[in-house]
Amino acid sequence: MSGNHAIGESAIQAGCRYYFGYPITPQNELPEYMARRLSEVPGGVFIQAESELAAINMVLGASVGGGRAMTSSSSPGMSLKQEGISYMAGQELPGVIVNVVRGGPGLGSIYAAQSDYFQATRGGGHGDYRTIVLAPASVQEMADLTALAFDLADSYRNPVIVLADGILGQMMEPVKIPVRKRKKAFVKDYVVTGAKGRPARIITSFSMDPKDLEDHNWKLFRKYQRMEQREIRYETFLLEGAEMAVLAYGTAARIARGAIKRLRKEGLKVGMVRPITLWPFPAKIIQETAKHLRDFFVFEMSTGQMVEDVRLSLEGKGHIHFHGRPGGVFSTPAELSRIISRHYYQARRKREV
Amino acid sequence: MKKIYSKPAALKETPFHYCPGCGHSIIHRLIAEVLDETKLREKAICVPPAGCAVIAYNYLDVDMAEAPHGRATAVATGIKRARPKNVVFSYQGDGDLAAIGTAEAFHAANRGELITVIFVNNAVYGMTGGQMAPTSLLGQKTTTSPSGRTILRDGYPVKFSEVLATLKGVSYLERVAVNTPANVHKTKKAIAKAFKHQLKKSGFSMVEILSPCPTNWRMNAVESCRWIDQVMSKEYPLGVIKEVPC
Repeated sequence: MSGNHAIGESAIQAGCRYYFGYPITPQNELPEYMARRLSEVPGGVFIQAESELAAINMVLGASVGGGRAMTSSSSPGMSLKQEGISYMAGQELPGVIVNVVRGGPGLGSIYAAQSDYFQATRGGGHGDYRTIVLAPASVQEMADLTALAFDLADSYRNPVIVLADGILGQMMEPVKIPVRKRKKAFVKDYVVTGAKGRPARIITSFSMDPKDLEDHNWKLFRKYQRMEQREIRYETFLLEGAEMAVLAYGTAARIARGAIKRLRKEGLKVGMVRPITLWPFPAKIIQETAKHLRDFFVFEMSTGQMVEDVRLSLEGKGHIHFHGRPGGVFSTPAELSRIISRHYYQARRKREV
Repeated sequence: MKKIYSKPAALKETPFHYCPGCGHSIIHRLIAEVLDETKLREKAICVPPAGCAVIAYNYLDVDMAEAPHGRATAVATGIKRARPKNVVFSYQGDGDLAAIGTAEAFHAANRGELITVIFVNNAVYGMTGGQMAPTSLLGQKTTTSPSGRTILRDGYPVKFSEVLATLKGVSYLERVAVNTPANVHKTKKAIAKAFKHQLKKSGFSMVEILSPCPTNWRMNAVESCRWIDQVMSKEYPLGVIKEVPC
């Protein structure tokens, strides 16, 4: 199954009944899949929206109407969706937004990239908000993290971003779609159902009184703190006894894994920390790793975005090496292993001096 | 003494914040009266606008879900698709509907979404201080057309109801005004009819309401009502623009 299809089927199994989208490469297989599958599922609604703006606002509407809703896009389309994501964060509405990232800026290219990291992890739209960002590195994770995204969105009443890329979207791998027999129940006391037998519900992000807005923003902030405490996810690979830790996510982490395997065979002590949540960022494991080794090698399919979070996590400790290539063109495991190897020996010589 | 009129139940106790002579408070009251009389208040979901009526939820006692400026018909689409048994309506100004929200409104209408739009046309951006709207008349002086709207610079006033009337998804479109007691009465009837079209699943429905904005028109309330009659309704003629039997 392709990564894009895996997201679609997993979303449906997770109870998503509302999908709104607009065509853009390299994620078109996902809306196409949803168009077909949601017509088979009772209560399923698929609308090809007139724009990304309309699509995300339909998600907002279906969400405030109590449904599990999703949209997907790729980088230029994600820029358009930021308005709606900001409103959903402000109105505290759940929803899942998939970004199958392609190169930018502007129209960029249709090839895979990781250059939307800043946009995804810093809120993306206007205002002081955060979204949980999940970064799959395989087709299986495309499915698993999509299911998780719906639960996290409902748990926190907040939009959740699945940050994939063009390779993960198109790639085909065996996959087991997560099917949960007993669905988690979430309290949905914000849904507009008509004010029958209760006071009218007002779901808004707007405050006339600056004090009210401040209170609202502190409330959101405390929610983001809870996410930071509870929702950090990462994977470590061959970190035991390593002298250098590679930091990479998504497709870059897969390339890095291949490179590390080669390097280990050659006797180089290299391991990896792979963030799965890009926000909240797994700073603690990086700090922990810094107690055992000095050198961190960050590899991204961009000119350097996550590297800033690594730097912040290290708080001045350790030494950061970076290799990045912007969207469309990226290193093979063999190439990357040569680059890491060069940095590895340079670092070792420095330590010996 | 016999009680012949009282505040509609669908209207909250809060006094209106609108300027003297403004049409919003009349339109709010008419919506509330229709919701009372049709017993739809408990089924209604409103998508309020960005603009002077941004806090319509302080007045109308129905469930409300905010939309970004211009996106009300997309949000209403999402709500209606998730809750087909509710009555979903957006409340939008001329800038909201016919400038920033043109695409959303056009395509919601074209899909024949079973929603109702209450379109308040006062030919000006009210809340932001009286800038030129897509519906401002030729020659109309606003803060961003200080010498009057010109064709060369600003193009023509947008007749958005007539544009939507070309779409097959549209079931009911009427232009009314709230400048005279008779017109207020017609407005109420039009709102009720629009909801009826939605309930009968007939298609997209919209009521365009010419509404006075004395503050930004730099007129008093009486002059504003007269201006709707003598000037504005010449560009935007009142009456049913489209009605499919339902």
